[in-house]
Amino acid sequence: MSPASCTDSLLDLEESLNETPDHPSTPAEIELSRRTFIKTTGFLTAAVATGLPHLADAQDGQTLAITTPQMAQLTLKVNGTSKALTLDTRTSLLDALREHLQLTGSKKGCDHGQCGACTILVDGRRINSCLTLAVTAEGAEITTIEGLAKGDELHPVQASFLEHDGFQCGYCTPGQICSAVALLQEHKHNTLSTVSFETGSTAHPELTDNEIRERMSGNICRCGAYPNIVAAVRHAAKGVRA
Amino acid sequence: MNPFQYQRATSPDEAVHAVSVRGAKFLGGGTNLVDLMKYNVEHPSTLIDVTHVGFDQIATTGTTTIVGAGVRNSDLANHEAIRTNYPLLSQALLSGASPQLRNMATTGGNLMQRTRCYYFMDTAFPACNKRTPGSGCAAIKGFNRIHAILGASGGSEGHTECIATNPSDMSVALAALNATIHVTGPKGKRIIPITDFHRLPGDTPNIDTNLKSDELITAVELPAPKFAKHSYYLKVRDRQSYAFALVSVAAGLEINGNTIRSAGLALGGVAHKPWHSSDAEKSLIGATASSDAFRRAADLAVAGAVPREHNAFKIELAKQSIVRAFTLAAQGVQA
Amino acid sequence: MIALDEIATPTKPERRELATRYDALAKVTGRAKYAAEFPTENVAYAYVVQATIPSGTIASIDQEAASHASGVLSVITPFNTPKLAVPGTVNILQDDKILFSGQPIAIVVARSLLEARQAAKLLRIQYKDQPAKLDFNALLKGARPPKRGGSTRRGDAEASLAKAAVVVDQTYSTPIQNHNPMEPHATIASWDGDKLSVYDATQGISGVQGSLARAFSIPPANVHVQCPYTGGGFGCKGYVWSHTILAALAAKVAQRPVKLVLEREQMFGPVGSRPNTYQHIKLAASPDGKLLLVQHDSTCYTSLISDWVESAAASTEILYASESLTTAHNVVEMNLGMGTWMRAPGEATGSVGLEIALDELAEKLNIDPVQLRLINYAENDPRQGKPWTSKHLRECYSQASDRFGWSKRKAKPGQVREGNKLIGYGMATANYGAGRRPSAAVVRILPNGRLFVGVGTQDIGTGTYTILAQTAADTFNMDPTLVDVKLGDTTLPPSGGSGGSTTAASVCPGVYDAAIQAKLKLAQLAIADSQSPLHGATAEDIHTRDGKLFLKSTPDKSETITTLLARNGNQTIEATATSEMPKDRDSFSSHSWGAIFAEVAVDAHTHMVQVRRMVGTYDIGTLINHTTGTNQLVGGVVWGVSMALHEETLIDTTYGRTINENFAEYHVPVNADIHEIDVTAVGIPDYKFNPLGSRGIGEIGITGAAAAIANAIYNATGKRVRELPITLDKIMQA
Repeated sequence: MSPASCTDSLLDLEESLNETPDHPSTPAEIELSRRTFIKTTGFLTAAVATGLPHLADAQDGQTLAITTPQMAQLTLKVNGTSKALTLDTRTSLLDALREHLQLTGSKKGCDHGQCGACTILVDGRRINSCLTLAVTAEGAEITTIEGLAKGDELHPVQASFLEHDGFQCGYCTPGQICSAVALLQEHKHNTLSTVSFETGSTAHPELTDNEIRERMSGNICRCGAYPNIVAAVRHAAKGVRA
Repeated sequence: MNPFQYQRATSPDEAVHAVSVRGAKFLGGGTNLVDLMKYNVEHPSTLIDVTHVGFDQIATTGTTTIVGAGVRNSDLANHEAIRTNYPLLSQALLSGASPQLRNMATTGGNLMQRTRCYYFMDTAFPACNKRTPGSGCAAIKGFNRIHAILGASGGSEGHTECIATNPSDMSVALAALNATIHVTGPKGKRIIPITDFHRLPGDTPNIDTNLKSDELITAVELPAPKFAKHSYYLKVRDRQSYAFALVSVAAGLEINGNTIRSAGLALGGVAHKPWHSSDAEKSLIGATASSDAFRRAADLAVAGAVPREHNAFKIELAKQSIVRAFTLAAQGVQA
Repeated sequence: MIALDEIATPTKPERRELATRYDALAKVTGRAKYAAEFPTENVAYAYVVQATIPSGTIASIDQEAASHASGVLSVITPFNTPKLAVPGTVNILQDDKILFSGQPIAIVVARSLLEARQAAKLLRIQYKDQPAKLDFNALLKGARPPKRGGSTRRGDAEASLAKAAVVVDQTYSTPIQNHNPMEPHATIASWDGDKLSVYDATQGISGVQGSLARAFSIPPANVHVQCPYTGGGFGCKGYVWSHTILAALAAKVAQRPVKLVLEREQMFGPVGSRPNTYQHIKLAASPDGKLLLVQHDSTCYTSLISDWVESAAASTEILYASESLTTAHNVVEMNLGMGTWMRAPGEATGSVGLEIALDELAEKLNIDPVQLRLINYAENDPRQGKPWTSKHLRECYSQASDRFGWSKRKAKPGQVREGNKLIGYGMATANYGAGRRPSAAVVRILPNGRLFVGVGTQDIGTGTYTILAQTAADTFNMDPTLVDVKLGDTTLPPSGGSGGSTTAASVCPGVYDAAIQAKLKLAQLAIADSQSPLHGATAEDIHTRDGKLFLKSTPDKSETITTLLARNGNQTIEATATSEMPKDRDSFSSHSWGAIFAEVAVDAHTHMVQVRRMVGTYDIGTLINHTTGTNQLVGGVVWGVSMALHEETLIDTTYGRTINENFAEYHVPVNADIHEIDVTAVGIPDYKFNPLGSRGIGEIGITGAAAAIANAIYNATGKRVRELPITLDKIMQA
């Protein structure tokens, strides 16, 4: 077996991943680029995984071609201001904010939607910006922690977190606050949580402490400031209702 | 993550056409696909964004309800028709993930969620038949507390073994509700019953569903509501929220007096697909809603379960949870 | 010249607390900048490549493809790295040995992080595998004493055991844990000639400065480290790990500034772990509950890089007055990342074993668990009989048990049921040693009347900014909001690491001393100024309050500080000082104490546990700021919940990899897991320990908390789980 064909067989294993057997045929040029693409992926994965010796060397030019970013031109509207950007399509909305727009208030805690530190508002809804590709956010109204206050006047939720010391290290805080801002809006719209079902309050759930806890559970605080966070949200909710 | 092209489709036809490029994949909320791309498990050449194709409606026609594949999980859970007629689905959706993720995740994307098996998600483990067919299964001899007890493939065939579980809560409720999945592709439209939508690993654990790679989920159809008054989604997990199920139970009852007219039962966290048990459901028809009847159903539901080194507890846990979920369902939905 | 003590001691300054955390505004607006967030021109991104085998050597790394990948600037491997001196025991590519899976083995630098990560996949790495030590239980019989420390002994263990009426003899275990502060480790490094500038997420800027200086053989003065905010640490940012040095190395090789941020999955192993513990405990008592023998042997894993012991049995030596005691530590060598400090290293894990064992003993003796602890109360440090600087643990037991309602507890387990929930109560003692170290500070009195405080320490979320503003303000009897504090910069007077619950106890005295010196200089300026109403007064007679100087003897003789400074050329008064350690510190023993109570509800069918209430009262001396201090104590208790129910780093015994290296599967509590936490402080200052009377509070909250929960679960269910975390399957199968 020649090195190249051996590589191909490794690659074919990769290629079958998540593909159904009756995959439609494709134009030859796409096939070619796909082969190249798959090749790289295949032997890399195998090598990293097992430390197997490499069986074929990609040409330098080829390596460059398959690793060259696909760039997209887009406009992001953040905190009311539109910014034109040229971004690698792989760029998460979080990285676009932090690395390209210098809006570092949104935090990267896990980069996998597992901690909530990157929570921002897109069209008023709380989302994890780390799992949102920046290209998908074009046309949306994006609000980050930097856009909540009106000048020197804090958003009531910010003020409540400040007053109740709803943090320690502060790294999860922007995400907690954005999440809480959305929570209050969601509650205004009479949304449910699992707690609503447990308590049987599925018609008009009151924002009890247990409801707040459940609804804030997408934001991990490793410092353990949860009781103060709940107090801050509870207090802010009273302001919203008043 | 490998470089990829991004394309925003504005119609289903455009989307289906665009996905014919090899290596192309549909992108919904991205909560699972983008995640797996970051872990280098998925490496699409092109992402076809299908969140702008107009599948974001929920419509009730006659007795059935059609949920567009692009409806976000949080919107689905809170929609009046779902809350009123299919509270089991609302409860299941709200048991999953976090508010942020539910705001992103779509109905179609949720159906396509891949397993959370540690060995699948970390490409540094060389053995994973789901990720790299024929490479083996590191979970079988590894730490398998979260893995399947039902329907797993394996035996002595090392190159096809897989004890992964499906992580979706929504799909478990859909299985208990007997939903169907509407899809469209180059060869036209078809409807797939939820129980046939996800696959058992069999000889091809790398394939999660019976959806063809050029087919697009357009909607989920919910049949006439039967369990609106008596249902419960019980999720048993390692923390109170924001964790995958060790075992979950979607239980629905249609009760006349104290007699069960029909029942819906599916389990999560125990198999490669939502584990729907017709035997258990049938056993309840005509029975009195009682813990005896629920226990019988529970035994039937987990019949044939095969424990692994670290997950034997799931068998008894599933049984206790089934009884509990049916008991709560029988008590009725409070308003 | 007046001696410092004369001004310092006669009247304790009144304390005015900052109502809100000093840095609260910066944190709620997103303006607080963490290490990875400083704009750096022309910055490149580095990605750490990690070993995927647990043991062996790197045979070769072919970097041809990676080097030609898009955007790649440099690829650094053990085969092409510049030689560095190795500070400590970190892996900085200086050899080809692999001692754990996840060990850094290469660095890829590219113009974007996406490109760096992509190129990293192109490295063709060949390993030579060697057999790995990966199964703790299988290796347990080969445990050995650690290279340093190990065992202690007092009394005659055999004799004490022989006369015991009741014996508890059990084993307890705690898992490997990883700190996982929300902010991942991050470094931005820039070189200017042989001068290195670094932003680093750290618990010790001075340590970073020293390690980088050693690694690159440059004077420490050439290394400027900044870290105004640290997004949590809990111990893992207290050591200078590979990535910090590798970031500087990458910047040197790539000849441009480099940003290196660890991925969450890279936080499991390469930046230290709390080792697991396997604890064998024997408690022997007389029928009246008097402890005759306490035997505590703990074994933990240690890496092959360096011995690090989770000293679980250490606090057992001082907690109770037993007739005899033996403690021993052993280690099992494994192919895992290094052990390191993690919140209450030793005490957190040791209190699990000892305090559950005491609960078991109390049941056997039919004595209330609180009473059992009071019977064995240690009036002096049992090690050498030294007096405590201050100990009010009795008050903790009584205050916390009253607040909790302990008297309602049913001694027999499984007696209280609410619907499907089984309810139980449990308690434990909390304890952590009090330490302090010298710390320098600069205090300036500015012409506008504000104070400036600068200390080369850092605030990792504990409230250091806040308490330093207060300490300086208190010295001048002024409003603490008029104090500006700068931390996290090595150009400031040096302090130490933020760890071991020593920060407040160390940095506050330093600021206090510098503030006193500045005040003295201010007084001398007034005395010498013929136009001042205070001209010619004695320094002892000059006091300050709310921006005014006045004579204590004739209070109407006064002027504002700003007037005095304006008349004297708008000068700034500056003083620096380094706190001194108390001269008699060896004649006392200093510890913080507490009592922690837990109420749990265990679901009868799903076996899920909800910790409904935790009530803790702590004797930690002066609580300098109620807001930040209480918050931190609560955080410690939350860590106790986490330890009891959630946290566990799972190592695959075939591959040696952490299988749950993420926040989805490495469970820490989410908001819904934490309900009522009631924390109070006894509030009795410990002036023998330091002039502010304050001992540290960072760790004590976690100690005892996990055991209290375990004991509550037993009380609820009658099921004794001795292996943490107490997951529902263990309760179900117990």
